[in-house]
Amino acid sequence: MEFKFEGRAKLLTQILMVVGLIALIGGYLTDHSHGHQRWWANLLVNGFFYFSISVAALFFYALQYATESAWSVVLKRFFEAMWGFLPYGAAVMVIVIAAGQFHMHHLYHWMDPTLYDPTHGNYDAIIAGKSAYFNPTFFWGRTIAYLATFIGFAHFFRKWSLKEDAEPSLDLHYFQFRRSAMFIVFFAVFSSTMAWDWVMSIDTHWFSTLFGWYIFSGMWVSMIIFTNVCMLWLRSKGYFQDVNESHMHDLGKWMFAIAMLWSYLFFSQFMLIWYSNIPEEVTYYVSRLFSDEYRVPFLTMFFINFAVPFYVLLPRDTKRNPKFLLPVAFLIFAGHFADVYLLVIPGTLFNHHDFGFFEVGLFLGFLGLFINRTLTTLSKASLVPKNHPMLQESKDLHY
Amino acid sequence: MNKVFHVMYDDDDKLMEAARELVGKGVHVNDVYSPFPIHGIDPIIGVKRTRLAIASFMYAMTGTSLALLGMWYFMISDWPMNIGGKPSFSLFENIPAFIPVTFEFSVLCGAHGMAITYFLRNGTLPGMPASNPDPRTTDDKFVMEIKTSNNDLDAKKLEAAIKKTALLELSIKDVK
Repeated sequence: MEFKFEGRAKLLTQILMVVGLIALIGGYLTDHSHGHQRWWANLLVNGFFYFSISVAALFFYALQYATESAWSVVLKRFFEAMWGFLPYGAAVMVIVIAAGQFHMHHLYHWMDPTLYDPTHGNYDAIIAGKSAYFNPTFFWGRTIAYLATFIGFAHFFRKWSLKEDAEPSLDLHYFQFRRSAMFIVFFAVFSSTMAWDWVMSIDTHWFSTLFGWYIFSGMWVSMIIFTNVCMLWLRSKGYFQDVNESHMHDLGKWMFAIAMLWSYLFFSQFMLIWYSNIPEEVTYYVSRLFSDEYRVPFLTMFFINFAVPFYVLLPRDTKRNPKFLLPVAFLIFAGHFADVYLLVIPGTLFNHHDFGFFEVGLFLGFLGLFINRTLTTLSKASLVPKNHPMLQESKDLHY
Repeated sequence: MNKVFHVMYDDDDKLMEAARELVGKGVHVNDVYSPFPIHGIDPIIGVKRTRLAIASFMYAMTGTSLALLGMWYFMISDWPMNIGGKPSFSLFENIPAFIPVTFEFSVLCGAHGMAITYFLRNGTLPGMPASNPDPRTTDDKFVMEIKTSNNDLDAKKLEAAIKKTALLELSIKDVK
């Protein structure tokens, strides 16, 4: 069965993309901050948020292969579809980082070469001490390595998956199993360093060792929420009829579990820094919790991302009932966007931040583009991976 | 005189099939004894969904409250502690430090409460007499228990219906 991407759904994503484009142009023209800092910061927030959802889909797909999981086989084409956004997200990230390298904005404070020059007035001993990690060659080498790894693996996973449709082969399945395990090894390192390079380095003096896992759990839960909502919609339209109540319940459980993983990592990072109260660490939370600008959003964000899924999704029945699942899904999707927003904005715009039509429009525009790319990719292949060796086991999932 | 039927099967699929057949004829199956949980038997014999999860949640919430109450008393009220410059002598302002212990204590109470409730409800706490009709159900046999006391059909009709299933043995006992 093939998915046809047309009609109102396609129109809606296009309208969202137009809204995003208007926000992008209007935002640039109305942004009078130095170096269009607000415009670039929001581009980074959205680019990273949606790119990371794509990457999480890639990771989850590889995880299902590497663990030889059967339940998710009927969903696998949807995970593949989310990779459609990878090149777009990668392009946005490259544009933002390259603009920083050419000093068009100052999101990444450490990109200023005068910080490393002991004779210059801007010399910063702490940042200069990190010059081995932050020198442009090594930094760009890493960035290109992440993008090449993610896009390359996504390309080949998709190719092998479609090849399996054409000619059944158990060897190909085991080959994918081994390549998935290999991807997870790359991902284990790159998910952390990517988070350090692109997000943690904004607060250059500050560091946290579990930051990578924190970002990783955030992207993972956003991806599961997106899958869950789209799957409810696609099933109501008559697609993915092999996805039964038990699959939906499993997705609900993933949503609950990873929301708790995120909360756990958020709190672990916060609690250790709060307890030790070392100036070089605690400034990160001082700028978020003890500023009038960010205190309420930061606490609300944590409350939404932890308490709402915990209390609403704990019972079995709410995970199976879209009336509960959908509001929670929308709420914590926005919550995790707010999480990324609060990772980037306090360190780039400090107390000059503003939340208006530009931010909302850009979020909606990227959402439109993400859904558009996902559904376009989805329409390019059969929704059922018909020669997957564990397809029947997945269809029979029941408990 | 009420009767109790213990119908033995040598396969869980045969038992499921038999249960489906009997329930279709309006028989009420009282219980099933099996060496392992039989997947999908609950809806067939009409066992209601367990409320153990709700009980567990309540035990965990009790644990949360007790832990917070305890730490408030030990660390704030009875002998105020100043650890690592975290004074303020207020439970709310020090709460992040108490969360790990509260979490662990909630899990402890939830898990123990749930396990003990489970054993009590099943009558399988250590030292309790076994209600198992046949020791072979702890090895490789499956027994279905049907009582005349909670069935509309009389003993003869029940026996006739039971004998049509793929049973291994049938024992009929009189009970008061």
